[in-house]
Amino acid sequence: MEKNRIIELQNISIALGGEQILKDLNLYINDKEFITLLGPSGCGKTTTLRIIAGFLAPDAGKVFFSGRDVTDVPPHKRQVNTIFQRYALFPHLNVYENIAFGLRVQKIKEPEIRATVTEMLALVNLKGFEKRNINSLSGGQQQRVAIARALAVKPRVLLLDEPLGALDLKLRKDMQVELKNIQQRLGITFVYVTHDQEEALSMSDTIVVMDGGVIQQVGTPIDIYNEPKNAFVADFIGESNILDGVMRDDLVAEFAGRRFDCLDKGFGKDEPVDVVIRPEDVDVVSVEKGMVCGDVTSVTFKGVHFEIIVDVDGFKWMIQTTDYVAPDARIGLYIEPDAIHIMKKSKYSGLYGDYSTFSDEIEMLSDVTYEKEGGEDEP
Amino acid sequence: MNRKDSLFKRVITAPYTVWMAIFVVVPIALVVYYALTDADGHFSAANITAIVDYGRTFRISIELALVSTAICLVMAYPLAYAIARMKARRQGTMIMLVMLPMWMNFLIRTYAWIAILADKGLINSFFQLLNPDFPGFKMIGTRGAVVLGMVYNFLPYMILPIYTVLTKIEQSTIEAAQDLGANRAQVFRRVLLPMSVPGIISGVTMVFVPAVSTFVISKLLGAGKTYLIGDIIENFFLGNTGTVNYNIGASLSLVLMLMILISMAVMNHFDKDESAGGML
Repeated sequence: MEKNRIIELQNISIALGGEQILKDLNLYINDKEFITLLGPSGCGKTTTLRIIAGFLAPDAGKVFFSGRDVTDVPPHKRQVNTIFQRYALFPHLNVYENIAFGLRVQKIKEPEIRATVTEMLALVNLKGFEKRNINSLSGGQQQRVAIARALAVKPRVLLLDEPLGALDLKLRKDMQVELKNIQQRLGITFVYVTHDQEEALSMSDTIVVMDGGVIQQVGTPIDIYNEPKNAFVADFIGESNILDGVMRDDLVAEFAGRRFDCLDKGFGKDEPVDVVIRPEDVDVVSVEKGMVCGDVTSVTFKGVHFEIIVDVDGFKWMIQTTDYVAPDARIGLYIEPDAIHIMKKSKYSGLYGDYSTFSDEIEMLSDVTYEKEGGEDEP
Repeated sequence: MNRKDSLFKRVITAPYTVWMAIFVVVPIALVVYYALTDADGHFSAANITAIVDYGRTFRISIELALVSTAICLVMAYPLAYAIARMKARRQGTMIMLVMLPMWMNFLIRTYAWIAILADKGLINSFFQLLNPDFPGFKMIGTRGAVVLGMVYNFLPYMILPIYTVLTKIEQSTIEAAQDLGANRAQVFRRVLLPMSVPGIISGVTMVFVPAVSTFVISKLLGAGKTYLIGDIIENFFLGNTGTVNYNIGASLSLVLMLMILISMAVMNHFDKDESAGGML
C-alpha cells in the first residue's frame, strides 16, 4: 500500500450548539486505505467526517487534501464524496438520473454519462434499474444507488456515514463484503464512520477509536483488539475483563491476588495499571491446576462456545470456552503470559467494572439506544 | 360487524352527502340549465355563442390573473425559501405574520387599499404635503391597482404551499447535491426547484383561480373601469347595469368554470410528470 497521505487533519477543534465536539484532533489518512472512525454516538466521528467533506468549518485547525490546504474550500469543489446516513437520494429523479447527477453538473457529454452510469449500475448489481423510481426501491437498493451516485464522479476519497445502519443484519453483512470489494477493486480511499465494532474490525485497514471528541487509539484491527491503549478501547472493542493491577517488575504483573508472568515491560516499578484479559484467552482447568479459582455463576450457550461468568473472590470474569462447565461448579483458570495485556491508567480506569451486572438483555438494550442515537450525532 | 360498520359510516356521512348535493351539485346543475336555455326555459345555444362578445373581457381577466400569479410566485418563492431556512421558532413567527392579514375580512383589506391609493388617499396626500402643486398619481381605476389588489390578497396562498414543500426537503439532500459538485445555482436549478414543483403548482392554482374569477377587487380598486369576467357575471345576475339575464350570466360562469378545470388538469398532469422523475 502506498503510504502517501491523502487527507490530513491538523489540530481540529469545533463546538456545535455551545458544546465542544472535537478537541485538538490530529489525524492523517493514507491514500487507498480503508479507515474507520469508530466510537459511541456523540464521540465526534460524524463531525470529523463532515469537516473532511466541507459541510462544517472547524473553529480552529486545518484540513489538507493531498498536501493542499482545503479548510476554506466549499464541499462542491472538494474531491471527496459522501454516502449519507439515510442515502439522501434525489426523490424527483429516477435511478439513472440520480447516478448521472454529478456528471451532469460537470456538463459531461451524454454518451459518456450513459457509459459511466451503466458501469456503475453493474458495479453495484443494479443492472436494469435505470428507469426505476427511487421510492420504489428497498433500503438495500437505495443504498446501492447512493454508492453508485457517489462513485460515478470518480472521487479520490469516499466518506461513508454509518451507511449500513438502516439495513437489517443479513443485508448488512452482505453489504460489508461488497463495500470492501468495491474499495479494493477501485483502489480509492474509504473513510467509514460506524459505532459497530464488529463492522469496523472486519472491514478496515485502520481503525480510529474515538470518544468524547478525542482520538483514543489509531491502529490496525488486530492492534486495536490485542493491544488496546486504555480501558475505554478495551471495553468498546469486544469483551474484556479489565482488572486493577500493579506492575511489580518488567514481565511481572500482580492482580487477582497473585503475580503473573506477562510480556509487557517499560512500566515503573510498582506502577498501578489496568490489566486486560480477553474472555477467549482464559483456559478453564481443574481447581488444582488453576492459577486462580472461582465459582461458575452462569453458563450461556452461544453456538460456537459457552459464555460463562466466574466469580473469583467477588470479581466476575467472563470466559468463553468450548467445553461445557456446569453452573455452580468450582473451576480453575489458567492464563498464558501472552493473554495478558497491560495498559497505563487513564481517566477511563475503573469505569468498566466486572461482569456482575452483565446480561444479554442489557447488552441488547444498549445496542438499541446506539441505533437510535446513531443519527443524532450532530445537531 | 362489517355491515354495522358500513351502516354507521353511511349514517354519519349522510348529512355531508345531502349538504354536497344541495350546495354543490344542485347549483352546478342550475348553472348548466340556465346556460343552455333561453328566458322561456327552452333549449338554446344562443347564450354560449353570445360569449364571443365578451372575448376581450375574458382576455383581460386571464392576463391580469396571469400577471398577478407570476408576481406572487416571484415574490413568494424567495420569501418561502428564506422562511424555510430559518430556525424553527422564527419560522412559526414568520408564517404567523404571513397568515395574519388573512384573519381580517377580505373586503376590509381591499377597502384599506382604496384609502391608500385614492386620488386624495394616503400616498397622494404624502406627496402633496411635500409639494402642494403635485397633481397626484392616478391609481384607483387602473389595471395596476387591480393587480396590486390581487397580489396583496392572494400572496399567502402562494407562500404557504411553497414553504411547506421546501421544509420537507431534507438538508442532507441539498448537501448530497453540493457533495456531487453542484454550486448554489445548480443546487437550486437541479434539486430545489424541481422538488418544489408540487408546491408551486398548488400555489399557482390557489392564486390563479380566485384571481381570474374575482369581481370584488376589480370593482373596488378598478373603480368599475377595469371590468373583469367576474364583474360581468355579477352584473348579469344582479342587474347592476339594468338587465338581469341569468342565462348569459350562467353561460359565462360555465365557460369560466371549464377554463379553470382545464388549466388545473393541465397543471396536475405537469406535476405528475415531474414527480415520476422523467427528466430524460
